[in-house]
Amino acid sequence: MDGFVALYIFMLAAFTGYEVISRVPVILHTPLMSGSNFVHGVVLVGGMIALGQAETPLEQAIGFVAVLLGAANAAGGYVVTERMLAMFKSKEKK
Amino acid sequence: MAIKWLIDASYFVAAVLFILGLKGMSSPVSARKGIVWAGVGMVLATVVTFLTPGMNNFALMVLAIALGGALAWISGKKVAMTDMPQMVAIYNGMGGGAAAAIAAVEFARGEMHGTVVTLLATLGALIGAVSFAGSVVAWAKLQGVMKSAFRLPAQNVVNIVLALAAVGLGAAIVLAPAIDPMLVVAFFVLSLVLGTIITLPIGGADMPVVISLFNAFTGLAVGFEGFVMGIPALIIAGIVVGAAGTLLTQLMAKAMNRPISNILFVPMAAAGGGEAVEGEQKEIGAMDAAAVMRYASKVIIVPGYGMAVAGAQHKVWEMSELLEEAGVEVVFAIHPVAGRMPGHMNVLLAEAGVPYEKIFDLEEINGDFAQADVALVIGANDVVNPSARTDKSSPIYGMPILNADLAQNVIVVKRGKGTGYSGIENALFYKDNTRLLYGSAQQAIGEVIQHVKALSV
Repeated sequence: MDGFVALYIFMLAAFTGYEVISRVPVILHTPLMSGSNFVHGVVLVGGMIALGQAETPLEQAIGFVAVLLGAANAAGGYVVTERMLAMFKSKEKK
Repeated sequence: MAIKWLIDASYFVAAVLFILGLKGMSSPVSARKGIVWAGVGMVLATVVTFLTPGMNNFALMVLAIALGGALAWISGKKVAMTDMPQMVAIYNGMGGGAAAAIAAVEFARGEMHGTVVTLLATLGALIGAVSFAGSVVAWAKLQGVMKSAFRLPAQNVVNIVLALAAVGLGAAIVLAPAIDPMLVVAFFVLSLVLGTIITLPIGGADMPVVISLFNAFTGLAVGFEGFVMGIPALIIAGIVVGAAGTLLTQLMAKAMNRPISNILFVPMAAAGGGEAVEGEQKEIGAMDAAAVMRYASKVIIVPGYGMAVAGAQHKVWEMSELLEEAGVEVVFAIHPVAGRMPGHMNVLLAEAGVPYEKIFDLEEINGDFAQADVALVIGANDVVNPSARTDKSSPIYGMPILNADLAQNVIVVKRGKGTGYSGIENALFYKDNTRLLYGSAQQAIGEVIQHVKALSV
């Protein structure tokens, strides 16, 4: 990837993250932390590609760990975030 | 070519969904939808990755996903809401570990394209490994596996030496003409040790800030490895989380009135400190407490972690409903660091069925205490200590607090006469308009409920 294109992506993503989060009310900070934790679970995709290209047993072993940890990050992050958010109810819905 | 296009398009859609998902979290109404959309993005990205041309080891891949995914899914379904912070910590650590492992695979393959790629891979590996080790320590502490804070002599010097050594080894890897396996192994070991040593001395009260910081770390590590792998979706997701996590960490540190550097490098002042408090604690019985609240027009409840530990939030909500039926206005005031994570208390109250319209944060509600007839403090201590406003010698001086002491009457539900978690004496407990209701939150509120019922007949 072109270095400067990547730099632009870095910069824009950083501002996006900052802007999106600065509007979140305090009451949602815990689900938010857990939700952003889930989003970086996309590291799973990187792990899959790393494992997919692995050739030696050592590479395979480390790649396996990468996918294992990435999948746990994504699945666990999703479940706990969803559980927490499902509990936030309004008066009207009761 | 068509497959390549499909994959890239899917990654793009996934990145959009992640950002929309996080954006949805700006309101409790749309938050749940947000996470579901982000989930759709994740599934999409994962599925299309299988189509990537030239990949092997599919069996291993499926096995790893099934194993890691299933274990995390089950543990995530079972975890109690009070244990949420350590669960988030451990999942976060796994993400950091995954990022570090990706870098390790790249190092093992030995074909790095250019200095910039190697630099970012190394940086991602360092940050990811620190986040992994640190998060595991954070988990162990919050889970109670590791009991006390452990401080090395000259802790800060050790931290700095370790950090410099890790950075030095990283630089050596980047600058070396070919990848030296011994160097890489030493680098990873050192990074893991660094993450452990940094986190060990940090006390339980500061842990949420640390978890949030590691969350931001993992985001950055993922973003850097995304660059190494050439996947923009990883860069975007990682950096968005990195920026969001940084902001969140700052907000939390601000709420605790401690700069982040302080939390990492200076231990919380040991018990004591601050002026001695004059006066005595005055007790109140459950029946009187019930009467005071039943005939009040406005009650503000200040819940703390003590309430959650006692599992009393359901009882508290039951009492609030009874009072509301009797015409009392009841609202909840939440300090930003109530619980073991910012917003943790909101989750615990939501679990008990408290609608979010009744829950207010510090800035929204602090002006209302003066108009409230009763402030009911349950299992909270430092966050209502007026010394933070008045006593310059107090270790918590300057921390924003809930002004519960300004209410007409203050009722504090408390297990005993001790000073609580931080060991700081609380002037609120000795004020003329404060009464203490001794007992565990569960049992004390249970009794109050009985008396409120009796009064309402």
